[in-house]
Amino acid sequence: MATHDVAHHDEHHDHHDEKPRGFINRWVFSTNHKDIGTLYLIFSFTMACVGAGFSGVIRTELMKPGLQFVQPYFFNEMTTLHALVMIFGAIMPAFVGLANWMIPLQVGAPDMALPRMNNWSFWILPFAFFMLLSTLFMPGGAPAGGWTMYPPLAIQGGASVAFLVFSVHLMGISSIMGAINIIATILNMRAPGMDLLKMPLFVWSWLITAFLLIAVMPVLAGAVTMLLTDKYFGTSFFNAAGGGDPVMFQHIFWFFGHPEVYIMILPAFGIVSEIIPTFSRKPLFGYQAMVYAIASIAFLSFIVWGHHMFTVGMPLGGELFFMYSTMLIAVPTGVKVFNWVSTMWGGSMSFETPMLWAIGFVILFTIGGFSGLMLALVPADFQYQDTYFVVAHFHYVLVTGALFSIIAAIYYWWPKWTGKMYNETWARFHFWWSIVFVNVLFFPQHFLGLAGMPRRIPDYNVAFSDWNFISTIGAYGMFLTPIMMFVILWNSLKSGAPAKAQAWEGAHGLEWTVPSPAPFHTFATPPLIHDEDLAHGDVTH
Amino acid sequence: MKGAGVLRSKFGGFHRACGAALSAVLAAYAGRAHALAQPWQLNMTPGVTQTSHEVYEIHMWAFYVCCAIGVLVFGAMIVAMFKFRKSKGAVPATWSHNTKIEAIWTVLPIIILITLAAPATRVMISMAHTEDSQMTVKITGYQWKWGYDYVNVGDKAYHVHFISRLDPMSDKTRQLKSGLDPRAVKGKDLNGNEEQTYLLDVDHPLVIPTDTKIRFVVTGDDVIHAWWVPQLGWKQDAIPGIINDDWTNIHEPGIYRGQCAELCGQDHAFMPIVVKAVPMPEFQKWLDEQEAQAAPAPAATPAAPAAAPAANG
Repeated sequence: MATHDVAHHDEHHDHHDEKPRGFINRWVFSTNHKDIGTLYLIFSFTMACVGAGFSGVIRTELMKPGLQFVQPYFFNEMTTLHALVMIFGAIMPAFVGLANWMIPLQVGAPDMALPRMNNWSFWILPFAFFMLLSTLFMPGGAPAGGWTMYPPLAIQGGASVAFLVFSVHLMGISSIMGAINIIATILNMRAPGMDLLKMPLFVWSWLITAFLLIAVMPVLAGAVTMLLTDKYFGTSFFNAAGGGDPVMFQHIFWFFGHPEVYIMILPAFGIVSEIIPTFSRKPLFGYQAMVYAIASIAFLSFIVWGHHMFTVGMPLGGELFFMYSTMLIAVPTGVKVFNWVSTMWGGSMSFETPMLWAIGFVILFTIGGFSGLMLALVPADFQYQDTYFVVAHFHYVLVTGALFSIIAAIYYWWPKWTGKMYNETWARFHFWWSIVFVNVLFFPQHFLGLAGMPRRIPDYNVAFSDWNFISTIGAYGMFLTPIMMFVILWNSLKSGAPAKAQAWEGAHGLEWTVPSPAPFHTFATPPLIHDEDLAHGDVTH
Repeated sequence: MKGAGVLRSKFGGFHRACGAALSAVLAAYAGRAHALAQPWQLNMTPGVTQTSHEVYEIHMWAFYVCCAIGVLVFGAMIVAMFKFRKSKGAVPATWSHNTKIEAIWTVLPIIILITLAAPATRVMISMAHTEDSQMTVKITGYQWKWGYDYVNVGDKAYHVHFISRLDPMSDKTRQLKSGLDPRAVKGKDLNGNEEQTYLLDVDHPLVIPTDTKIRFVVTGDDVIHAWWVPQLGWKQDAIPGIINDDWTNIHEPGIYRGQCAELCGQDHAFMPIVVKAVPMPEFQKWLDEQEAQAAPAPAATPAAPAAAPAANG
């Protein structure tokens, strides 16, 4: 029972709240899943601002035709670093931070299975990004061949190639260790009574994501190592003159790359599946279908990689296979969207900040899914590939998809982490401002792609001027939003109203049975699980 | 496709004028009547080949399907957000399951996907059949320009080769902080009308005949490029060590412009493509003139490219 646990905690409050003494001890040598989660989130926010800065250079140059600000080579460095930083420095660490904070709390475990490895998983990242970003200041500059690093172009870079490869290796090691930790925790440390098919969907989404990470990060490591040896050690993996094949890199890279984008969205599905039932005051519709849908999406993600390569000249049979398998992913994804809508339908909804972001996610991610379905159709893709239509698609699924779910999660679990509420009016302003400007920024990019504007270009024909100008206005509007969020959360820390253990009326799940803020150590003894307390609320379905 | 000849209306006089006016308005948004993209353009061009029209139809069908699904899903959400609010006193239901409806919304999407996949499959098969072409052109991507070779027309082999680069006016204008106005860079279409051709013009366009099935063999010399002219309806990567093949058959004479579509280094944005499609007699005359200049003796032509990658299928 919740009250039993709270009483239990009160008696041992001092012991459970005992934090390590000293800044270095607490933060550099942390083995606490809450502190490490916080470190990941702070790191991710910082990197998101850095990545946004790079996109600021991009959108400023693209505001008008002609080159006004940067040389084309530097522009290519910006597009390359923008993607690397956002994908590996912002989105992925944010999801890992949320996993660290919430998985032990949601399964009733005292911490992650391997707390010291957890520490290392985090601290590798600042070193990896220091290495990557330092290339901006080297002779030859930062990598400029796209985050996809296709040879032969990627190998034309200077010293940055080696640093890029090393930093990707470090990021990969961090992800693999984190994934191992997550799987070990979920499979071994659930409190008695927390059966797999009773876990919150966020935990399920991370269990499956962790398997994807372990499966594909080594493949990326292999691909970039071959780039390294081709450049420095005389191999010819991707050099046709030496008997190799540039397209083989693309196959290997996208074998990683496609599961990677699902790694970046499955936890988002988990988050939204926690928030919508809470604010609908109704159990998640189709819990088991949701689990199977995530598993099917994860499985299918391994057999669709060719859709990133439809124009390389694959044989007809190959292209047909990848088209059909890619279209198939729409089915389980559609099931998830229908289930979220069905959770809302018949509920008793209130629209606090987390719910606003979650609903925004469902609508806008679905729009990204529509452009994805269109991209799956090979003959149409011949007109979309490498244009702004693709850029629009992936920014809808990654920004209004993954990023919005992360923001939703922060607003949702913030009271639990800090014991404070934030100013709801300011937070709603942040939401509505973001919704408007994110669409002003990215929706016109569909039009630009359809009209014929290629991607990764710093300058364009005057026909593309108008939508580019609008898109840049959207970008400048979006640049204000991290500042808004920072101010809102900082203000909450300083003077927010105290939050209850069950901060949201309709919230279910073990995390809401511990005090707000959550004590430094929770569930030192496993909690008693009552089915009614479980997140999704309906254990039979 | 049947819709291809819409602008060559069989109606006379008033109908033609109305049709032209309507087309012009729609064209501003769909790019239908124009070879170049238009300001504020919303949609893809249907293009000037049968393939490009078929691709356009697939694109539009997919778009309509997505719109219909969007209306249903977002409509349900909006209704729910008004009807099932706590502030209106809604009492939450407790159901979380409905096997029948879940089965429907799993099977129905599969059926919809089949209606999308079937025409796409047909067009892919058609695009793959490069045999029975009447001539072959080799396209080579370089950093940062295109090379064109006329390999053969019918049974006759040719030695015509040239490099096609960004036009000098565009090149001057695009320099960082040049202060020059991109809108001042203009070219002409086949009828002599002025077009905004900044970054979409070259010194030596690719000249090809209309109403002829033309096979292209595409490769790269240094890094991966991609050859793309939206009006033709296809795009192909130009990869060192690989020769890809494609075909096209242009029905409307005109000047069609495209760009490199695979990041290839610093001047990726500055290596456009211009295709000039003219009737066969005019093309043949042009080609013979080029051939006379290019191949005076059996020896290799002086302008032969330095790297000819091994044919690799």
